[in-house]
Amino acid sequence: MIAAYMLLLIPFLGIVFFGLTGHRDDTGKVNIGFNTLSFLASVWLAVKVLNIGSLYSADQAFLIDSFNVYLIMLTAFVGLTTSIFSGPYMAHEKELGKLNDRRLKLYYSMYQGFMLAMYLVLTTNNMGVMWVAMEGATLATVLLVSLYRTPESIEAAWKYFILCGVGIAQALFGTILLYYAAVQIGDSEHALLWSVLYENADKLNPDILKIAFVFLLIGYGTKIGLVPLHNWLPDAHSEGPTPMSAVLSGLLLNDALYAVVRNKMLVDGATQNNSAGLLMMGFGLLSFLVAAVFLHRQKDIKRLFSYSSIEHMGIMTFAFGMGGPLATFAALLHMTVHSLTKSAIFVTVGHAAQVAGTQDIKKIRGLIKTQPKIGWGLLIGTVAIAGFPPFGVFTSEFLVLLATMHNYPWLAPLLLLGIGIAFAGLFRHIQPMVFGEQPEGQMPVKANLWPVMLHLGLVFWLGLAIPDFLANWFSQATLLISGTTPL
Amino acid sequence: MNIEQQDFYTQAILSMAALIGLASFLMLGQGRLLRLIFVFALQGLLLTLTAALSAYSLNNHHLYISAGLTLVLKVMFIPWMLRRQVLAMHMNRDVEALENKTLVMLGGASLMVFSYYVLHPIVQSSSTIMVNALAVSLSIVLLGMLLMISHRQAVAHVVGFMSIENGLFFAAIVATNGMPMVVELGIAFDVLVAAVLFGIFFFHIRTSIDSLDVDRLNRLNEVDQ
Repeated sequence: MIAAYMLLLIPFLGIVFFGLTGHRDDTGKVNIGFNTLSFLASVWLAVKVLNIGSLYSADQAFLIDSFNVYLIMLTAFVGLTTSIFSGPYMAHEKELGKLNDRRLKLYYSMYQGFMLAMYLVLTTNNMGVMWVAMEGATLATVLLVSLYRTPESIEAAWKYFILCGVGIAQALFGTILLYYAAVQIGDSEHALLWSVLYENADKLNPDILKIAFVFLLIGYGTKIGLVPLHNWLPDAHSEGPTPMSAVLSGLLLNDALYAVVRNKMLVDGATQNNSAGLLMMGFGLLSFLVAAVFLHRQKDIKRLFSYSSIEHMGIMTFAFGMGGPLATFAALLHMTVHSLTKSAIFVTVGHAAQVAGTQDIKKIRGLIKTQPKIGWGLLIGTVAIAGFPPFGVFTSEFLVLLATMHNYPWLAPLLLLGIGIAFAGLFRHIQPMVFGEQPEGQMPVKANLWPVMLHLGLVFWLGLAIPDFLANWFSQATLLISGTTPL
Repeated sequence: MNIEQQDFYTQAILSMAALIGLASFLMLGQGRLLRLIFVFALQGLLLTLTAALSAYSLNNHHLYISAGLTLVLKVMFIPWMLRRQVLAMHMNRDVEALENKTLVMLGGASLMVFSYYVLHPIVQSSSTIMVNALAVSLSIVLLGMLLMISHRQAVAHVVGFMSIENGLFFAAIVATNGMPMVVELGIAFDVLVAAVLFGIFFFHIRTSIDSLDVDRLNRLNEVDQ
């Protein structure tokens, strides 16, 4: 359990350190150092779970099981590679005069604050603390969205603050209802502990839990970016600094979905049917289709990919909602590969925007001629996220499709149609950006692309083969969520 | 069961619920910002009393801490901060014209009815006090949202946001005798940080659009210009 405490302590020290020391030229490297330590702690935790199974802390405040351990590792990994990218990126932004030392100090301490909130969401066993950490993540990132202090970024941050704040307040009402149902069957001290609730799920009042789940889904769904609560997401992604878009898309959305799924498991236990899942399926499918259509009309490259995030979160919500071993397994895999691919794409998008000096899609042209590595990175990343074989996204989307054909065959055409629309939407924008004629005024930037290659390499590998320990975690988590193993 | 037959605690809590709900309605129809902030502070005070009453009657000492936190945060700190902003911006004499006050108030009333309807399935398994308290707190949450939709000033949005928190806090005290301590402290911390951030944002919004009228934050949208 020491590893879990370390995981929370390191980013906390990071906030204090960056807050006290201010910004210096090597702060980016120190940030990498903190994230490396967190990553090592997460690996240590993973190895322990691998050897001895689920871990509980002595007072049951923390719980690490096969469902969250891989998300913890993924969070630490994406946090690390994004910090490697953000050092030179932020230095470049400072050279352009967009940021000063004080803002960079804020950036680095809030980066660690965000990581702390994410680790807390994943490790805690207390549904109330999970809510607190989720709201904490909003507060930590609000300042990052407005980092450039342009009118647009202030507007985006305000929208994000208000919409996510109000949204997540609904989740708190859901949590209070859950607690209300729980105190009726047990002692109030442990009534919000997930492990206790899960064991006694069949005794909880199903009527109360059904109502609670509506609030929880709307609340955390705002953070997942489910349509029609998604308005903050493209704005926040497009106006904030790019490394933050990478962690928002790669981590925050996943963790919000994680919170919904944990709650769904309780509701399923109480109601003994899949009524909660049907709700998730509806929201997921709607988000997926709407986002796919909106991909076509984007003008800003970061908005383009934030709609792609909404689309993929829609698929995951749909798959988790459908339930059953195959769909759940596919959703877990999709969470992983989407995080890896999307954060890699945002890294290249950040560089591409710096090369062209703008985020306007019409003005970004001929990347392969200016700086081939960035051009190819963007192209391969897009190929991967659009779900081409042999990348991992193909595998998980294929499995979702398979499960849909088996359980709800009449929905499969909709899913296929959405994937087709999304594919066309992405490539009509990407093709000229990568292959088009090189315009005047482009300047190569110092780019650090090995995080991208590493991520895409991993996604490629996951498309061909899933390593034993990961497959094992996925199956155990599937067993936990849906009651049967997929394999 | 008639209300006269309930014990004193139940009667007191139900009256509190009515008063807190009333405060939400008062806020909803309020056009002047300073008065809006005053009513908000009043609602905070009623919540503090509810928490203290609950702590005393049920002998639940940790609720005294919640009451103290509410008093400091929602009755003193946040209204003080908002008031200072309003005075600094010289908005204290502005009357914010609500688009259609009657419609907004009718909407508020329907939301309250809706809250009772939504929580109806719980009735069978709960006492009067639970159902009333939960329904009132849900309607405070919804009224807070309506307040945010109908008003245009950023200050009113913050009041709406914080009154949503009030509704949630009321549900936590009355329905469940307070959440576990660690959760309550965490929520109070979040509210405090949010309040400070709102203060920072007022400053930035003011410098960026020279007003706190949030309707003028409209650069980002999906509509073709």
